[in-house]
Amino acid sequence: MINPFEIIETINMIDKENLDIRTITMGISLKSCVDPDVDKACEKIYNKITAYAKDLVRVGEEIEEQYGIPIINKRISVTPVSCIIEALEEPSIEKCLKVAKTLDAAAKAVRVNFIGGYSALVHKGCTPGEKLLIESIPEVLANTEIVCSSVNVGTTKAGINMDAVAEMGRVIKKAAELTKETGGFACAKLVVFCNAVEDNPFMAGAFLGEAKAIA
Amino acid sequence: MKAVVTVVGKDRVGIIARVSALFCENNVNILDISQTIMQDIFTMIMLVELSTASVSKLNSELAKIAEEMNLSIHLQNEEVFSSMHRI
Repeated sequence: MINPFEIIETINMIDKENLDIRTITMGISLKSCVDPDVDKACEKIYNKITAYAKDLVRVGEEIEEQYGIPIINKRISVTPVSCIIEALEEPSIEKCLKVAKTLDAAAKAVRVNFIGGYSALVHKGCTPGEKLLIESIPEVLANTEIVCSSVNVGTTKAGINMDAVAEMGRVIKKAAELTKETGGFACAKLVVFCNAVEDNPFMAGAFLGEAKAIA
Repeated sequence: MKAVVTVVGKDRVGIIARVSALFCENNVNILDISQTIMQDIFTMIMLVELSTASVSKLNSELAKIAEEMNLSIHLQNEEVFSSMHRI
């Protein structure tokens, strides 16, 4: 048996020092949801997220109960949404918003706290889809509740995309302006990265890496 | 599933009786008990085998005993302690 001192030490951590599991994050690839038609893409996204993550919260709660250690957050990260926007026919801010609202609705349907991945990696330059995604960020964050967004604007190897940096400055100001009633809360759901790490599970900058072969 | 139960509080008559009676009712087998009293503070650590008992039901029953007898009672999966303290 483990010695009593160790047991009391662990109990103290749980009881007095708030030992907990901060987050479990499920990575879901959206690559299979790409479609030129925005409604079809949204339908695929909603169905995929709600199918893969339907048991996430329930199983999380079961683990909490089994081990007696709380799991504070349950979250989802997805492939950078720029891959969806890129493939849309006649992409527009409205269509971006529709995709984001689908993510919001799917995440709420499976009862997670946040969904991350409304993201673009533009350190080597922006494609038209990525440009549009960045432009849509303020509207998206102001009109969704639990969608998180991130943009990688530089890497040590590629340098810094100064155009993207300038654009992100404007995006941050607009996002704050659009949510001024709530203290600029949209900005709390936005991260601007240098050297963004793939498969980062930490909100608001979470997204599923390109190289990941899961789900 | 094996679990570790810790009971800490001011010593009084019937602590072990109440806790072990609850385990008996729920078909929980006590594998090991260590117990000391340090300056009036009763500290008991039990290793139990839960077999069919539900963790949530036991926890709510233990919480009732804890409140009635003014104790601090915890029931945790044994694996938590092994993971924390053994490589």
